[in-house]
Amino acid sequence: MDKKIKVLVAKPGLDGHDRGAKVVSRALRDAGMEVIYTGIRQTPEQIVATAVQEDVDSLGLSCLSGAHNKLFPKVVALLKEKGAGDVLVFGGGIIPDEDIPGLKEAGISAIFLPGTPTQVTIDFIRNNITQA
Amino acid sequence: MSCTEKKARLAERQEQWQEMVDKALARFPERKEAFATTSGIEMKRVFTPADVEEIDYNDEVGFPGEFPFTRGVQPTMYRARFWTMRQYAGFGSARQTNERYRYLLGQGQTGLSVAFDLPTQIGYDSDHELSDGEVGKVGVAIDSLADMEILFDQIALDKVSTSMTINAPAAVLLAMYIAVAEKQGVSSDKLRGTIQNDVLKEYFARGTYIFPPRPSMKIITDIFSYCKDNLPNWNTISISGYHIREAGSSAVQEVAFTLADGLAYVDAAVKTGLDVDVFAKRLSFFFNVHNNFLEEVAKFRAARRLWAKLMKERFGAKKASSMMMRFHTQTAGCSLTAQQPDNNVVRVTMQALAAVLGGTNSLHTNSRDEALCLPTEDSVRIALRTQQIIAHESGVADTIDPLAGSYMIESMTSEIEAKALEYINKIDGLGGVVKAIEAGYMQQEIGDSAYAYQKSVETAEQVIVGVNRFTIDEPAPKNLLRIKKEMEIEQLESLRTMKAKRDATAVTASLKELRQVAESGDNLLPVIVSAVKTYATLGEVCGVLREVFGEYTEA
Repeated sequence: MDKKIKVLVAKPGLDGHDRGAKVVSRALRDAGMEVIYTGIRQTPEQIVATAVQEDVDSLGLSCLSGAHNKLFPKVVALLKEKGAGDVLVFGGGIIPDEDIPGLKEAGISAIFLPGTPTQVTIDFIRNNITQA
Repeated sequence: MSCTEKKARLAERQEQWQEMVDKALARFPERKEAFATTSGIEMKRVFTPADVEEIDYNDEVGFPGEFPFTRGVQPTMYRARFWTMRQYAGFGSARQTNERYRYLLGQGQTGLSVAFDLPTQIGYDSDHELSDGEVGKVGVAIDSLADMEILFDQIALDKVSTSMTINAPAAVLLAMYIAVAEKQGVSSDKLRGTIQNDVLKEYFARGTYIFPPRPSMKIITDIFSYCKDNLPNWNTISISGYHIREAGSSAVQEVAFTLADGLAYVDAAVKTGLDVDVFAKRLSFFFNVHNNFLEEVAKFRAARRLWAKLMKERFGAKKASSMMMRFHTQTAGCSLTAQQPDNNVVRVTMQALAAVLGGTNSLHTNSRDEALCLPTEDSVRIALRTQQIIAHESGVADTIDPLAGSYMIESMTSEIEAKALEYINKIDGLGGVVKAIEAGYMQQEIGDSAYAYQKSVETAEQVIVGVNRFTIDEPAPKNLLRIKKEMEIEQLESLRTMKAKRDATAVTASLKELRQVAESGDNLLPVIVSAVKTYATLGEVCGVLREVFGEYTEA
């Protein structure tokens, strides 16, 4: 039997808008994945520590405050530093289109904007993770 | 014809009509099996006098300015003065935001509304490690009185009313406002405005808490008490349903959880010995206005009526001013779409109209581009113009509460009131709001509603124009407002300069005194005012309070 896909959903920074993070967490869970939600106000260090400890397949970052350009790449860099560079990282929130190429270059595999059906995120994870 | 005869005739007519409906349904089924509002309240095919026969006009509806204020809090409402047009704004540095304020005032806006960045809202200075990347992003960065002086430069604080969206550190920002006014030669009794100061909803809907609930409630009642004596025209709290709704609640949950928070504040204040008829007139509220037009209009009417009754029945309020719910409304940020953003102008117009028909006392209209970024000046102007067009051109402000007496609106008003009261009683049963937060009750309820909504959008049961229907391929939007990277560096630089210039001994002494007062349990406001005048920073003041009171973490 396939191992359950394990996903960490995280809120980096000081942003308290967690509706999206919670809805996505629930949708992934309903799709049969194992989901851990960090809660709000996590530092990149805390997020990466949890991701490593829980040995997750994928990590979703949600930020609506505009701090994504700083926080998302920092998370990816720390993941690599901890030898967890294979974790599939995706992001969501209020993110201007023009920021997306830079974020992808920094190692965030996909950015889901407002209005994205949760099924798109589910399919993306299923199709792109590298499970051991 | 007697009353009984009329009722019998109506029932008979309705039966005949039903036969006609059944025939129509046999040929053309309706669009949905059942129609309901966001709160799951049935939208009947038609409402008739039978739906309102239990509603006594004199007791439940009455006249504007009279208990239970269903039709509005003032006897003349918008015939005397339109609602306050108050656009929430703030970004980048105090200087940039000051320019936006002076622009808005120049365009006919009648009140200011300050958006602070997240570090400010959580009591961190711009140079705190957790502030990295967040400085100036969702609002203006305020580190000390020096920034606040720039923010209100050339704005006469005795002429303008200012609303500040600040919660956990509300006492500190209010203290800075008092200090700026003093420098302008304006005494604090002349100040008009509002601080949000509603910490309870932060724990379950908005997230900018600092301290645990108990000391937070203490700071709030300190503010009530201080303002009663020193800022008699200041709204000491804005009990907010806005963020509860944004987090995904239904309209009924928004009313219920907001009023439950309100009851907790009143209860805490009464327990500290404050007289309800002295402080309650300075309580204000803040609601969302979403897309379901008729439900929203009824929601505002229901909220006013329920609050008036609760204040009278539970706290024995005697003065009308203690029972009247005055509120600000903002159109629903979560209803804005990133797709075809110009459509948002239409959504905002409809929502704003519902708020006006619901009798709001002030209004913020969102800008079309806010699902993408902070609004540009052009977008903000259209949003403000939307309010001005409703006020001056639509004619809806010329008679008070024009939808009163609609079978549907009156029935829905009563239904929302009853359902909200059920929730409030349930929260009472859990031991009050703080216990309910600890048990995760509101969080669960809101989460369930948010998820149900998302599913209804994904199945297209709920159509969102431009998102799940009527979509187009469109180019990426241009001309978005961006906060420049240099802004953060400049803010750090000015903080450093300010710290080097100030009297360090005075700062240390004021922070020491603050600690003593915090430990003693005396009212914190006077020492916070003294501390900010020495240019002690927001982070330093909150740092002392963090050490004394501890910090809240999500369960």
